[in-house]
Amino acid sequence: MGVEGIGARVTRKEDQRFITGKGRYTDDFKMAGMHYAAFVRSPHAHATIKKIDRTAAEAMPGVVAIYDGMQLKADGIGNIICGWMVHSKDGSPMKMGAWSALATEKVRYVGDAVVVVIADTQANARNAAEAVEIDYSPLPVVTDAVAALKPGAPQLHTEADGNLIFDWELGDAKATDAALANSAHVTEMDIVNNRLSPNPMEPRAALAYHDEAEDHFTLYTTSQNPHVARLVLSAFYQVAPENKLRVIAPDVGGGFGSKIYIYPEEIVCLWASKKARVPVKWTADRTEAFLTDAHGRDHVSKARMGFDKDGKITGFKVDTIANLGAYMSLFSSSVPTYLYATLLSGQYNIANIHANVRTVYTNTVPVDAYRGAGRPEATFVVERMMETAAREMKMDPAELRRRNFVRSFPHQTPVIMAYDAGDFEATLDSALKQADYAGFPARKAEAAKRGKKRGIGMSCYIEACGIAPSAAVGSLGAGVGLWESAEVRVNPVGTIEIMTGSHSHGQGHETTFAQLIAERFGLPIANVNIVHGDTDKVQFGMGTYGSRSGAVGMSAIVKALDKVEAKAKKIAAHLMEADAGDIVIENGVAKVAGTDKKLDWHMICLAAYTAHNLPAGMEPGLKEGAFYDPTNFTFPAGTYICEVEVDPETGTTEIIQFVAADDFGKIINPMIVEGQVHGGVAQGIGQALMEGVIYNSEGQMLTASYMDYQMPRAGDLPSFTLSTHETLCPGNPLGMKGCGEAGAIGSPPALINALTDAIGHNNLAMPATPQRVWAAINAK
Amino acid sequence: MATVSMTVNGKKVSGTVEDRTLLVQFLRENLGLTGTHVGCDTSQCGACVVHVDGKAVKSCTMLAAQASGTTVTTIEGLADGTTLHPVQAAFREHHGLQCGFCTPGMIMTAVDMIERAKKSGTKLDEAAIREGLEGNICRCTGYHNIVKAIHAASMATA
Amino acid sequence: MYETHYHRAASTEDAAKLMGAAADGKFVSGGQTLIPTMKQRLAAPSDLIDLRHIAAMKGITINGNQVTIGAATTHAEVAASKELRAVCAGICDLAGMIGDPAVRHMGTIGGSIANNDPAADYPAAMMALNAQIMTNKRTIDCDDFFTGMFETALEDNEIITAVSFAAPTKSAYEKFRNPASRYAMAGVFVAKLKNGQARVGITGAGSGGVFRHGEMETALAANWSSDAVANAKVDGGELLSDIHASSAYRAALIIAMAKRAVAKAA
Repeated sequence: MGVEGIGARVTRKEDQRFITGKGRYTDDFKMAGMHYAAFVRSPHAHATIKKIDRTAAEAMPGVVAIYDGMQLKADGIGNIICGWMVHSKDGSPMKMGAWSALATEKVRYVGDAVVVVIADTQANARNAAEAVEIDYSPLPVVTDAVAALKPGAPQLHTEADGNLIFDWELGDAKATDAALANSAHVTEMDIVNNRLSPNPMEPRAALAYHDEAEDHFTLYTTSQNPHVARLVLSAFYQVAPENKLRVIAPDVGGGFGSKIYIYPEEIVCLWASKKARVPVKWTADRTEAFLTDAHGRDHVSKARMGFDKDGKITGFKVDTIANLGAYMSLFSSSVPTYLYATLLSGQYNIANIHANVRTVYTNTVPVDAYRGAGRPEATFVVERMMETAAREMKMDPAELRRRNFVRSFPHQTPVIMAYDAGDFEATLDSALKQADYAGFPARKAEAAKRGKKRGIGMSCYIEACGIAPSAAVGSLGAGVGLWESAEVRVNPVGTIEIMTGSHSHGQGHETTFAQLIAERFGLPIANVNIVHGDTDKVQFGMGTYGSRSGAVGMSAIVKALDKVEAKAKKIAAHLMEADAGDIVIENGVAKVAGTDKKLDWHMICLAAYTAHNLPAGMEPGLKEGAFYDPTNFTFPAGTYICEVEVDPETGTTEIIQFVAADDFGKIINPMIVEGQVHGGVAQGIGQALMEGVIYNSEGQMLTASYMDYQMPRAGDLPSFTLSTHETLCPGNPLGMKGCGEAGAIGSPPALINALTDAIGHNNLAMPATPQRVWAAINAK
Repeated sequence: MATVSMTVNGKKVSGTVEDRTLLVQFLRENLGLTGTHVGCDTSQCGACVVHVDGKAVKSCTMLAAQASGTTVTTIEGLADGTTLHPVQAAFREHHGLQCGFCTPGMIMTAVDMIERAKKSGTKLDEAAIREGLEGNICRCTGYHNIVKAIHAASMATA
Repeated sequence: MYETHYHRAASTEDAAKLMGAAADGKFVSGGQTLIPTMKQRLAAPSDLIDLRHIAAMKGITINGNQVTIGAATTHAEVAASKELRAVCAGICDLAGMIGDPAVRHMGTIGGSIANNDPAADYPAAMMALNAQIMTNKRTIDCDDFFTGMFETALEDNEIITAVSFAAPTKSAYEKFRNPASRYAMAGVFVAKLKNGQARVGITGAGSGGVFRHGEMETALAANWSSDAVANAKVDGGELLSDIHASSAYRAALIIAMAKRAVAKAA
C-alpha cells in the first residue's frame, strides 16, 4: 500500500526529462561518421518501373551510395510480410502480394520507396534523391475498395485475382437471415468508416549502425515493440540473426499503432549501414509520414439489424469491405476480422450475428491497426444502428440499449468473444446523469431560439483488450504469441529494476509499473527503475498495443513480484528465525506477524547477495522473471454521451459537453487513466468531425500535410467529463481491463449520433466537417 | 555560408552555417539542444517553439541567420538551475504531457502566453488558453490537462 | 530547402541595391509564408534580402485621422496597439486572428500584402479601408494594387514601406478558417468610411484573390445592418472550390461572415 501504491494519483517520474528538454528520441542521437538516407519515392500511384538512372545523382556532392531494390534482393533481404494468416470462407489462404522494401518492378502507391540515397548531410541526400531519374510507365489506378472489387478494375498484385485478399465470414449466416426475416422491425444502413492517418507527433526515424568487427547491427528506431521488430528483421527480412542485432526504441513520441510495424525504411537503413559502411540515419518529415505511415480504418459496410416487437435484437448482419491499401502490413489481416467482427455483439445479448468481410488491395498507403483497430469500426456500426433503430421505432435510445444489455457473466457471444465481467447499466446510468440527459429537451428548445440546432447522442461501447491469449490467437492465425515478460531485479541495496517487454511511448509506464512495487513492498517509486525498449537489456517481450501493457504487461510483473516476495520472505524468516508464512512486508520493512521482530527491506536484499547466511540450498541473489499469458481478452466498456450545437449558417459544430463513463476494472493511477481517455476521445472526435485521408482519381493524396489534414487543436475540443465504474476483470491478478483505446473506440458514434439528432436526418458521413454539415442541413 | 552569433540560454554562441540553415537545425545540430523538436514541415505543429528576444516563435520558420544577434531561450534554458519554471512544474502536476514530443513547444508557448496576458492585464480563461494554443498540436492529451496546467500556472504566477 | 544567400538590409536603398545584385532574389520580412514555401522546395530564391531590420519601416503612426502602419510592423504589434484599436478596431482584430501567436510575432503587414496570398487576411482590410500602399517608389491605391492571385502591382525591386488609410467610423473583420490550415476560407472586412461610403473586402474565397462586393457596399451605405447584406448575391462562379469548401459553401460563408462583421461593427 502506501501513498504511491495502486490507485494513487502519482505524478510521473518520466516527466522531469520531458519538461526540461532532456528526452532522448531517435532523431536526437548522433554517431561518429553518421550519414543520412533519403528515399526516392514513387510519384505515381501505380506504374511499372522501366529504368533507373543514377548517373547524375551519383555525381552530386556528399553522396556515398545509391541503392535500389534489385540490390536489396541480390543481398537476400526478404519481402515484408503480414504476420496473421486469415483464410477465406472457401478455405483458401489470404492472397499476400510481394512487398519489397524497395520496389523492383512495380510501384503501387504514391510514396512507395524505390531508391535510397546515402549522403553526408540530409540536404545533400535529398538533393541527390531529386536527381535520381526513374522512368515510369503509369498504370490505371484504383483507390476505392468497392471500385477495386469491380470487374475490370486495375489489378495490383498477380497473387490476388480481382484485388481480393480474402473473403471471410464469422457467425451463422442462415440463422441470422432467418432471424431477420422474422423480425418486427429491421433497420438497414450503409456505413462508411473514414480513412485516418495516425500522426504521432514524432515522425518515424531510424539510425542504423553496423559494427564490422563483430558483424553486429544496432538500430535506434521509433518502435512500440523493439523485440518484435528484431524478430521480424531477423527471421523474415534476413537482415541479421537475432543475436547480431540490437534494437533500441528510446523515448518514442507517440505511436497509436503506427509504430508497431517494421517499415521499409528501417530495413533499408540497416542493410545500407553495412553495405555503405557508414552509420545511416533517416528521419521522416511530416509529408513522408502521411505518405508512408500505415493508415487506419477505411471500411464500407452494409448492416441490417432486426428487432422483435419489444425492441429486443433478433439478428445482426454486416457485410464489410475493408481497404488494406497497396500491400499487406504486419497485422493488417487481423484488424477487419478478429479485432472487428468479434465485437459486433456490442454490449448486447444478440443470438444471431453474421459478418462477411472482404479485404481489398488498392493504390493507397497500407492500412493496419490504428488506436482501437477494428473495434472502433465495429462500435461505429453497432452504435449507429442502435441509435437509428431507436429513432425509427420511436424509442428512447437509452431505453433501447438498456433492453438489450448483457446482464449475466460470463456471456458467450455468437462471434467468438466470451465477456467475463461488466455492468453496462451502471456506466449508462452514470453517463445519463452526468450529461443531464433528462434536461436535454429544454436545452434544445433554448438553442433553437438562438437559431442553433442542438443534438445529443450516445454510444455504449465494448472492446476486447489485454491482447491476447497466445493459443487462442494462434488458432485464429496469429504468427506470434501475445503474452508479456517481466524481470524484477532487486539490487543489493534494495533498489529495484524492472525489465519489461512493454514499451512506453506516452503511457507513463515508468510511473505506473513502479507503483506495483510501492503497493507490494511499500518502497518509494523513486527507488524503482523501469527498463524497457532495448533488446540488449530486456528479455524478449511483445510490446505495447491493444491496451495490453496493464492487463498483460503488469500481470507479468505481478507474477515476477510473487516470486521475489516469496524468496525475500524466506530469507527474512531465516534471518529472524521465524516461519516464512508469518512474514509481512510493508512500508519497506519485513515483520514477523504477532511479534516485534522486524528487518529492513535492504537488509534482506543485502543478505541475498552476500549469501553469508541463507536458508540451506537457496541460490544467492534476488532476481526473478515471469512470462504472463492471459487466459482471455479483457472487456473494457462504457457509455459516452455527446451534446453538440450546430450553427446552420456555417455548418460549424460546437461540442457542448462530452461525458465518458468507463469501466476499466482496476485502475493503478487515475491521473494517467484520465489522460488516456482524454487523448483517445480527442482522436475519436478527430475521426468524427475533422480527419480523413482523401485521394484523387490519380491516387494522389490530397491531404498529405497539416494544411489539408485537420488535426484536432485545443480550440476544437471541450474539456471532458469523466467517471469510472469498477468491475474487476477476473482473468488477471490485478483485475485490470485496459484504457488506452476506449476513447477512440467509443466516441465517434456518440458524435455522429448527436449530430444527426441535431440536423434531423441520418445522411451525414465522417468526418462531419463544417462543409458536410452545412450541405447536410441544406440538402434536407 | 553565414556566420551567426546569438545568446542561447544565457550563453554566447556562434557558428558558421549554410545560409539556409533553420534556427531549429542550428539549435539541434550545432548546439546539441535537442529539446526543441520538429513535428511537421508546414510550420503548424509548434513542437519547435522557442523564444527569440522574449517572444515565442517557430524555430522551424526562421533562419539561423535571421536570428543572429538575438537572445534565444529554449526549453533547456527555462528552468532556473534545478528549480523548474512554474509552467514546467504545472505540466507535471496536471499531467499535461504524455509522450513528451510536443511538450517543449507547448511549454514555451504557454510561458509566452502567460507573460503576454500579464503584460496586457488580462486573465487567461479556458477559451483564451485554447485560442492561444492555435499553433501547437498535441496528439496524446486531448489538450484537457494542458489547458488545466496553463491555467494553474497563470493563476500561480499572476 | 535549397541553398540561398541571406542579406540583412539596413535601409530600403540598401535592400534595393542588394536585390539589384541578386540573380533571383526575394525580399523576406517575417518569412512566415516564404520560409515554409522554401522548405517544401517550392521556391528557391538565390538571395534573401531581409527587411525586418529597417527601422523606417516599423511602427504605427496616427496623425489626426490618418493611420500609417510601417510594412515591417508585426501582426502582434498591430493586434496589441491600443492607439490603433481606438480608431480602427477591425484591423487590430484582424491582425489578432492571423495564424497563431508565434506566427504573429514574426509575420508583418508588408509581407502579407506583398504576397497577396488568396487566403491572406490583410488584403481584405486594405480594400475595405481604401488604403494607400506606399512603396520605395510611389503610392498605389489599393484598388490598383491587388491584381490577381499572388499578383500585385509591385514592380521588380519595389518594396512596400507602409500602408496608410483614413480611420473609418466603423470597421470589423470576421473570418471562417479552413479547418485544417486555419487560413481564411472566407474573410470579410467591412468598413464605414468617414465620407459615408461603405466598403467590403473579401478574402480567402475569390479565385482571383481579394475582391470588393459592390452590392453589399451599396446596401450597407444605405442601411448598416446584418439584414442589409443577408440576401446579397455572391457569384459562386468567381469563387475557389477545393476539398474543404465548394464555391457554393464559400458563398454562404461570405454572407454569414459579412452579417457577423456588420453586427460586430454596429
